[in-house]
Amino acid sequence: MIVAEDIYVRLGGRVILDGVSFRALPGHLTAIVGPNGSGKTTLLRALTAEVPFAGRTGMNGTDIAHAKAWQLAAIRAVLPQATPLAFPFTVIEVVRLGLASGISANRAHLAQQSLARVGLQGYEGRMYQDLSGGEQQRAQLARVLAQVWEPVLDGQPRWLLLDEPVSSLDIGHQLVVMQIARDFADAGGGVVAVMHDLNLTAMFADRVALLAGGRMVAQGTPAKVLDDANLSRAYRCRVRVNTPPDAGTWLVPHAASV
Amino acid sequence: MVAIAGSVPGDRSDRAKRLFFWLLAGLAAVAVLSIGTGASGVSVLDAAQGWMAGNLDPRDALVLKSIRLPRLALGMLIGAALAVSGAVMQGLFRNPLADPGVVGVGAGASLGAVFAIVLGGMLPVWMGQHAVSLMAFAGAGYSTLLLYRVATRSGRTSVATMLLAGIALGALAAAMVGVMTYMADDRQLRDLTFWGMGSLAGASWTKVGAALPLILPAILLSPLLARGLNGLALGEAAAGHMGLPVQRIKLLAILTVAAATGASVAVSGGIGFIGIVVPHLLRIGSGPDHRWLLPNAAVLGAILLCLADIVARMIVAPAELPIGIVTAILGAPVFLWILLSRKGVGAL
Ligand SMILES: Nc1ncnc2c1ncn2[C@@H]1O[C@H](COP(=O)(O)OP(=O)(O)OP(=O)(O)O)[C@@H](O)[C@H]1O
Ligand SMILES: [Mg+2]
Repeated sequence: MIVAEDIYVRLGGRVILDGVSFRALPGHLTAIVGPNGSGKTTLLRALTAEVPFAGRTGMNGTDIAHAKAWQLAAIRAVLPQATPLAFPFTVIEVVRLGLASGISANRAHLAQQSLARVGLQGYEGRMYQDLSGGEQQRAQLARVLAQVWEPVLDGQPRWLLLDEPVSSLDIGHQLVVMQIARDFADAGGGVVAVMHDLNLTAMFADRVALLAGGRMVAQGTPAKVLDDANLSRAYRCRVRVNTPPDAGTWLVPHAASV
Repeated sequence: MVAIAGSVPGDRSDRAKRLFFWLLAGLAAVAVLSIGTGASGVSVLDAAQGWMAGNLDPRDALVLKSIRLPRLALGMLIGAALAVSGAVMQGLFRNPLADPGVVGVGAGASLGAVFAIVLGGMLPVWMGQHAVSLMAFAGAGYSTLLLYRVATRSGRTSVATMLLAGIALGALAAAMVGVMTYMADDRQLRDLTFWGMGSLAGASWTKVGAALPLILPAILLSPLLARGLNGLALGEAAAGHMGLPVQRIKLLAILTVAAATGASVAVSGGIGFIGIVVPHLLRIGSGPDHRWLLPNAAVLGAILLCLADIVARMIVAPAELPIGIVTAILGAPVFLWILLSRKGVGAL
């Protein structure tokens, strides 16, 4: 389980997270949603101890702020919102970087399996820097998947923390990637994903956390959190949530102002 | 289809490993060439025949033993040090243009060395004959640290800031060297001039002995940094996510750069561009994986510097050019080529 209690983050003299509490369960896909600048990435960065924060965070019972990098790397992998790459690595070399932190030896074959999983089989020998934006994003996901290939290891759930994993993907690959996250959770792992696409969120997430202005506005099942009132207030625009009986949830932005 | 290790497309590790052995062979060839080149006209063949027959001319033996061999050893040592420190610094800064000679670290090392020569009296006695090396090491380490602090914001290194800060740092160090030159007495000035010529001309076993204790550990330990530098290619945050001890890696990288740069500046002055050209060629040839890049850079650096030294000795024989001129003529165009052909990687 991931627990964050009463998290305060100050950056550059501004309060970015103002007493946020957050919870994610193994077996669940937990989505973090909210407008630009609401603190989604910052919350994820607190959960990886990348930013200084006040409050308590735990992952599988380990205190995140005081754990060693290698301890955390064994139980969770992180896909940042953007990943720069400094040198001309091939795609397979990038994915294998994720394996370097792996526990058992000789897992080289996982890199190829992982690439196939994100639909990049045959891309092994391409230069990473020559890939399109969406292909690069999927290659990074393959690297992250390779790091925690088994959703449960030694009886412990492992975690995928994904910051906007589908932001530059076409609709087909959005579904592929969301299904990967779904399968990881169904196999007993935990997924925390920052999302902008509320329709995909409604389709795939078990729980949703809605942030706005550095505070948690609502947290719960998609049906409970994603309603007209919450969304209109958080996103400052009119949103209509349709729930046709035969087609799940279906959201449309309605007008630019509340 | 059965996957054989190394048969995965895009996996260049086998190529890189094979390259290492080719480079070793190349180094042996260059060594023979280097021993046979020099003002006194002793050829490798003469020397080998004489040595095996046990009747090597004593004058030739002396030339070989006290001039050519230490020169070869120093060339290999310095070449390896320059290439490895370039590769490590580029990995640390995530940038193929970061080279100790270009971004002011060499100048910092010079400042340390000059300080030791001019104000050596102020230094603790235990430094003894290693004072110049140790102070160059300190100067290089301090300027690397300073540069990293200035050029890196929240885990990202800005190329523009790094190059510009490097210029400022280099200028500052050069100015302070100037001030100290003013303060130097006649004997110290002679030492300074001799040292500042920046060549392998004064190579001796003493110099080899001064450089060895800093350079050898730096080169031999650098592969310990390989995984860390590979991870840093994805940025500090991602490296940390993958479980790498980022702070420790950075510290070890700075120490490695400082030791290798400091020692080479202390014994041979500033020799530029080996640190840029060698890693760049190797990345093109067998990829940027530091597990192979670092050892290959050590060998190719040794080869290139010894070759440059041979050129420096032949081109205006029986006089010789400072080797720094040769490496700059070869290296500066490569630097510009990298600058112009960079696409998308942390653009200026
Ligand atoms: N290092 C920093 N220094 C100062 N302010 C920061 C820093 N990092 C983030 N912020 C601010 O914190 C706020 C939240 O940023 P964060 O990246 O968490 O937003 P987000 O919800 O992920 O937005 P987006 O949807 O655009 O990715 C923003 O207003 C941002 O400007
Ligand atoms: Mg964000």
